[in-house]
Amino acid sequence: MQVPAPFVYERASSVEHALELLAKHGSEARLVAGGHSLLPMMKLRFADPTALIDINDVDGLSDIRIDSGADGDLIRIGAMVRHAELLDSEIMAEHYPIFAEAERVIADPVVRNRGTVGGSLCQADPAEDLSAAFAAVRATVHIIGADGTRSVPVREFHDGPYQTVVGENEMVTEITVPVRPGGCSAYEKVERRVGDWAIAAAGVALWLDGDTISEIGIGLAAVEAPHFVAVAAEDAARGQVADEALVEHVGELAAQATNPNTDQRGPADYKRHLAGELTKRAMRRALVGTGTYDGSHA
Amino acid sequence: MTDISEMLETPTMEVTVNVNGTDVTKTIEPRLLLVHFLRDHLDLTGTHWGCDTSNCGACVVWVDKQPVKSCTMLAAMAGGHEVRTVEDLETDDGLDPVQEGFMKCHGLQCGFCTPGMMMTGRALLDANPDPSEAEIREAISGNLCRCTGYENIIRSIRWAAEHSNGHGTEFPSGNSRRSPASDERSEERL
Repeated sequence: MQVPAPFVYERASSVEHALELLAKHGSEARLVAGGHSLLPMMKLRFADPTALIDINDVDGLSDIRIDSGADGDLIRIGAMVRHAELLDSEIMAEHYPIFAEAERVIADPVVRNRGTVGGSLCQADPAEDLSAAFAAVRATVHIIGADGTRSVPVREFHDGPYQTVVGENEMVTEITVPVRPGGCSAYEKVERRVGDWAIAAAGVALWLDGDTISEIGIGLAAVEAPHFVAVAAEDAARGQVADEALVEHVGELAAQATNPNTDQRGPADYKRHLAGELTKRAMRRALVGTGTYDGSHA
Repeated sequence: MTDISEMLETPTMEVTVNVNGTDVTKTIEPRLLLVHFLRDHLDLTGTHWGCDTSNCGACVVWVDKQPVKSCTMLAAMAGGHEVRTVEDLETDDGLDPVQEGFMKCHGLQCGFCTPGMMMTGRALLDANPDPSEAEIREAISGNLCRCTGYENIIRSIRWAAEHSNGHGTEFPSGNSRRSPASDERSEERL
């Protein structure tokens, strides 16, 4: 029987209240959202918080909406948005199909009813699909603390496996993604069975200017790519005419960005190969998804 | 009864959960999982306790009309919310079509996964009254059957879709059989 060690339970009624409770209970207190990462960690004693602060009652953290600003439209995703809600979001489907494609292969439908976007990012599992997807689209994570708010590019959010830049008395409130026309995105994952973590996964978001790739983001999960991204592959693609030779080249560079471990999900060289192959597949589908790429250069 | 929590110096708290339409208040440890709250504190043993790791789905119950894995939710987190268990599927009008479907189509062998399968299946049919086989397979992909009777489970849920007779999922009615154990146990700890 797996049971967490004893702790004090508190329920926050607002963001401010949650921050007060974090301060009150000190450095060993943790926020709990969906609990589908934290509670399993607590059962195994990988996490042993003295206090859990439940933020499920906090209003205003559960919406997906578009804000129009001077710099263009911005998609705002509340930290308490459930996986199932991100999967079903029409806003996300319209602008970034990568999220529905990633969500469809995260855990299973019942788990997705409970687990949250913010919780997944803060868990910072090296195989977390959303970390790769958000890295591909260059999202920004918004963090609030007693001293105010700060915004961190998701590519600077992770400090390593299970580590983020979120401080002891801080919480993530939302993730924002800029809306940029002229692009498309896709996610590819290989897993052993439904609900499992990826053996390897790759997400690509790209934008075309005529035949030329004007911008591209490549996110990789489960293959130990620093900050979940393949920067050299992105740099090699940006400004180039999109064709099959470029796709092949980008896939090879993406594989080189990985440093996978051999474990029960497979040997390192297999995972590295997968990372490259899945990057190519996602890139091809993203190119076709733009609606303007005819593949004539292939 | 000896209060074991005092011996162990663990904190306790009071929680009120609406279970199958009835508010129940209990003193619990914050670390108590919802599945154990239902089974051990309320004697609602229809909800099964399986893998303990949110993989198998034997413990699926509804929280605010959404199926969730009760091994990965604290009872404390259910406070103030509506929980529905397999005991509530039957109404005064008889078995839920999903229950009937499992009988008609041989949807169970050992029966361990059945409560979770039925709660997930009922939720699917409420959202999508006429699901395809692929949609049923997707919906139950977080519920494992180790007898590998998936074909019959899918047939059972399809049977229920075809024999719904307007069966809804209105919350309840307080039939003693499916209500949590009566109030005299409310003061009991752990």
